[in-house]
Amino acid sequence: MSNKDNWKIWEVFIRSRNGLSHKHVGSLHAPDADMAIKNARDVYTRRSEGISIWVVPSDEITASNPEENEPLFTPADDKVYRHPTFYDIPDEIGHM
Amino acid sequence: MTKEMDMMEQFQQYVDGENKVEPKHWMPEAYRKTLIRQISQHAHSEVVGMLPEANWITRAPSLRRKVALLAKVQDEAGHGLYLYSAAETLAADRKDMIDDLLSGKAKYSSIFNYPTPTWADIGAIGWLVDGAAIANQVMLCRTSYGPYARAMVKICKEESFHQRQGYEIMMTLAKGSPEQKKMAQDALNRWWWPSLMMFGPTDEHSPNSAQSMKWKIKRKSNDELREEFIDKTVPQAEYLNLTIPDKDLKWNEDRQSYDHGEIDWDEFYNVIKGRGKCNKQRMAARNKAHEEGAWVREAANAYAEKQEARKQKQKGAA
Ligand SMILES: [Fe+2]
Ligand SMILES: [Fe+2]
Repeated sequence: MSNKDNWKIWEVFIRSRNGLSHKHVGSLHAPDADMAIKNARDVYTRRSEGISIWVVPSDEITASNPEENEPLFTPADDKVYRHPTFYDIPDEIGHM
Repeated sequence: MTKEMDMMEQFQQYVDGENKVEPKHWMPEAYRKTLIRQISQHAHSEVVGMLPEANWITRAPSLRRKVALLAKVQDEAGHGLYLYSAAETLAADRKDMIDDLLSGKAKYSSIFNYPTPTWADIGAIGWLVDGAAIANQVMLCRTSYGPYARAMVKICKEESFHQRQGYEIMMTLAKGSPEQKKMAQDALNRWWWPSLMMFGPTDEHSPNSAQSMKWKIKRKSNDELREEFIDKTVPQAEYLNLTIPDKDLKWNEDRQSYDHGEIDWDEFYNVIKGRGKCNKQRMAARNKAHEEGAWVREAANAYAEKQEARKQKQKGAA
């Protein structure tokens, strides 16, 4: 069978009405980007889930390697001073 | 300890800690295989599950019922797609899965090999079959494989209308004329036992369950899910004034749960082996639909090629 019978995979991202960023919702197969958008509309926005769709060929995505999670992500864990709760401000100052 | 055993141990600890396994993580080969089998069977069930109901779309008794049924069946197609996508994250190939379904090699839930001779069957399917599917799928929202769990969350959100539209159909019939009430009772009689079988063999005859539970693919046993379903459904049948076709069904005060009669497991295995009322019909319908859709796929290919060629030409000119 040619790969014509096995269309490539597209990852689908939807931006909802509430103004947040596009969010990954799943994937689907399509022969081209136009069809991918049309299919995404049918599959992922049947209940008004979105007002904008992005489709990206799956094989164009580079992902971080889970085996490198340690060096990539743990350095942030001990930097509590990056969070507002690290600083003591008296209650009478109010919300800051 | 060998490296492999070490990895297994780590994997178990990771899963025990209620962490989600993601596509790029190391996983035992048997975990991957079990998931591919389970997820693809689940996907096939969603797809074949459209057929018994599609039978009634053109004959729905009102426009309201028709749009609801159409939307439900369309949802099931979407569920199939979410699940095939989840299986693909485990390096299963979509085309292989579809081919296995069409050739009859792959299994799907045997509930869909029962016929839908009357409109009341559409009510009973939504109420009982989707109800049983929901019980299973709610559990699977907590399955250890991330993409499967996420697909389930999405599916569960969409499922609840399926059961409600089915129960509403049953309510209308049960409160209707004597003939309508009879139709509702008859549908309950025919769908009750097959619905209980949807949860699979009893725990003692379900040898693979233990490993699936250990890996947290499954979070509850077949019998546990089945009993929860019965406890939930009996009051719903009482509300309809319909009788569940099980003379041994009795509330057990000690267990705070219903005891039920013996399930006819011979029937279950017979249908699985292809001797159900509609196995052949379902496979024929699925194959026919696939063949008749060939021109659409060809047209989409031709269009994609033409667009690509045009784009290349423009690039060349620029
Ligand atoms: Fe479904
Ligand atoms: Fe459903």
